Amino acid sequence: MTTRSMRALSGTLKPLFSPRSPQRYVVAACHQTHKSTYTTIAPPARYGGRHTVTLIPGDGIGPELAKHVCELFRFCCVPVDFEVVNVDSTKTSEDDINNAIMAIRRNGVALKGNIETNHNLPPSYKSRNSLLRTTLDLYASVMHTQSLPGVRTHHRNIDIITIRENTEGEYSSLEHENVPGVVECLKIITRTKSLRIADYAFRTAREKGRRRVTAIHKANIMKLGDGLFLECCKEVASGYPEITFDSMIIDNTTMQLVSKPQQFDVMVMPNLYGNVVSNVCAGLVGGPGLVPGANYGENYAVFETGTRNTGKSIANRNTANPTAMLLASCLLLDHLKLHGYASMIRKAILSTITDSQLHTADLGGKGSTSEMVQSIMNAIQSSGPRTQRH
Amino acid sequence: MIPGDGIGPEISAAVMKIFEAAKAPITWEERNVTAIKGPGGRWMIPPDAKESMDRSKIGLKGPLKTPIAAGHPSMNLLLRKTFDLYANVRPCVSIEGYKTPYTDVDLVTIRENTEGEYSGIEHMIVDGVVQSIKLITENASRRIAEYAFEYARNNKRMSVTAVHKANIMRMSDGLFLRKCREVAENYKDIKFTEMYLDTVCLNMVQDPTQFDVLVMPNLYGDILSDLCAGLIGGLGVTPSGNIGANGVAIFESVHGTAPDIAGMDLANPTALLLSAVMMLRHMGLHDHADKIQTACFDTIRDKKVLTKDLGGSAKCSEFTAEICRRVQDLS
Repeated sequence: MTTRSMRALSGTLKPLFSPRSPQRYVVAACHQTHKSTYTTIAPPARYGGRHTVTLIPGDGIGPELAKHVCELFRFCCVPVDFEVVNVDSTKTSEDDINNAIMAIRRNGVALKGNIETNHNLPPSYKSRNSLLRTTLDLYASVMHTQSLPGVRTHHRNIDIITIRENTEGEYSSLEHENVPGVVECLKIITRTKSLRIADYAFRTAREKGRRRVTAIHKANIMKLGDGLFLECCKEVASGYPEITFDSMIIDNTTMQLVSKPQQFDVMVMPNLYGNVVSNVCAGLVGGPGLVPGANYGENYAVFETGTRNTGKSIANRNTANPTAMLLASCLLLDHLKLHGYASMIRKAILSTITDSQLHTADLGGKGSTSEMVQSIMNAIQSSGPRTQRH
Repeated sequence: MIPGDGIGPEISAAVMKIFEAAKAPITWEERNVTAIKGPGGRWMIPPDAKESMDRSKIGLKGPLKTPIAAGHPSMNLLLRKTFDLYANVRPCVSIEGYKTPYTDVDLVTIRENTEGEYSGIEHMIVDGVVQSIKLITENASRRIAEYAFEYARNNKRMSVTAVHKANIMRMSDGLFLRKCREVAENYKDIKFTEMYLDTVCLNMVQDPTQFDVLVMPNLYGDILSDLCAGLIGGLGVTPSGNIGANGVAIFESVHGTAPDIAGMDLANPTALLLSAVMMLRHMGLHDHADKIQTACFDTIRDKKVLTKDLGGSAKCSEFTAEICRRVQDLS
């Protein structure tokens, strides 16, 4: 039976294929005892080989891009069902975001757009995106920036993986006003989380065959905080002798990134520097519309655009670049072990990007979102049968 | 004039020579600022240096070495605390003739220099958990915002952009932003915008021409000013000025002491020279400033006499002599 007809009968038939083998966990042989997230098998699918994924459209260009993802998946007969959870950024109550978190706990995986943080609300209103990340303990934010063919940039041949600690550091949201007019904001660095992220970085580097991991810090000024982070990285590095480890101060890093970005391979850093560096890297390869991002935790994974923009100013105008969101959905498919679909869609996206006629406004062209998505669908159709075994 | 260490003395000598050739009305008082232990056990800069600075109000500083285990804090930090240098100004202009992937960069980063993430207040609460405090005060934020708008007005810049991360650090950056907005009310002739730090980084590497004057707290300022320096060619060609309370201003080159080429006449004096030009503008001596700047840029554009880091093979003294010659031709 083809997957197409399976879909029509979903829910009423018992699965015809042998069920996926139960969870196999590979415990990474390192001195920490937490599981290797990278080699964990995806959560088991329900109902005849189909996965359920939480979809949070978000604000700005989020909803329209989410719609395109759904469209594309339907077109390719990807066995993924989206459970859409809307989060209203204008409300102060935390019900919406709690619902979203519960949905992600249920499904294990999510695709999300960025949720706007309204400045007019009081400071006790925490950023929804940040809340999601910390509650689900999505400790690693991974962004793989690569120069794409067909996109004109100042630099070529960039291939950098940025791994950013996602739950602590400057984003702890712990602020208080002791004296009127003096605000203190706490930046927390802990040994456990630093070890965890360093371990994740080295494991990723090893699995992807990368040679060099660079830790980014400002330990000359923040001696205790970033000093601790650096120490943890060094400790973990000693367990991976085949990978070169070095460190660089954040200001030198940004300078090197704009003059010679080709020297970087894998970069690991605390939260705020990660924000800066990942945005600089995204800018170097062509902008926020091209790079997908992934947030991994022990048990959950959430995929979104790499630079987490709402794109309010270009919302609903059909001019947004869908590449970042679509590539994020490919990362989602890879996580669910649906590699066949992932590579099929990715190939189609890359072939569309090379055609500069279709470039959207952020790449200097005049194309529209729907045209790009249509072209991707055409590329998929012309490349062979739509239903693929994985 | 604080020559500094490493290549400091040679580049300071170069600058003094060029100023002489330009007949700038400056007399130099050389001072050393190696920290000494004052009465009471606190580290301070030598009293004659402090007295000279208080009197003349304007200083030019070469690179200072920060010895690792000397027991005293970094000299730069000491100077900053002594003279309350609250604003660090770094104009970044693309240099014709020194090719980088970015052309037409023309922006100024103004960074709050006394508080923010660099307050140095850190403690280990529990073993394995470190807390670092970022301090934002109303006074400092207002002061830097006022300076930024004054600078924009005096140098005829069109807009000021506040860089922040108030979506995450609601209260602290929120306070900074509020102060900037308040000050902007008094300067209606200058456009005021605000942008998130990540958006600025993203746009800066794609199209730096959209930015004009940027004002921000300490850490973002550190990162962004070095990012902009990288856009125009690095620290070897970037000028920088520190403005303090009571009219004190110290201009400096921000590169290191380069101990490996010290004393060999290979150093590039451009950074210190451009900082000195900034100093002249600060003092109102615009003609001399323009003359020296034009001479310097022409020399670099011609590419005939360039030091090693700019891609040539000339010595520092030859480079200096060439600029002196051009300055004299221009006057």
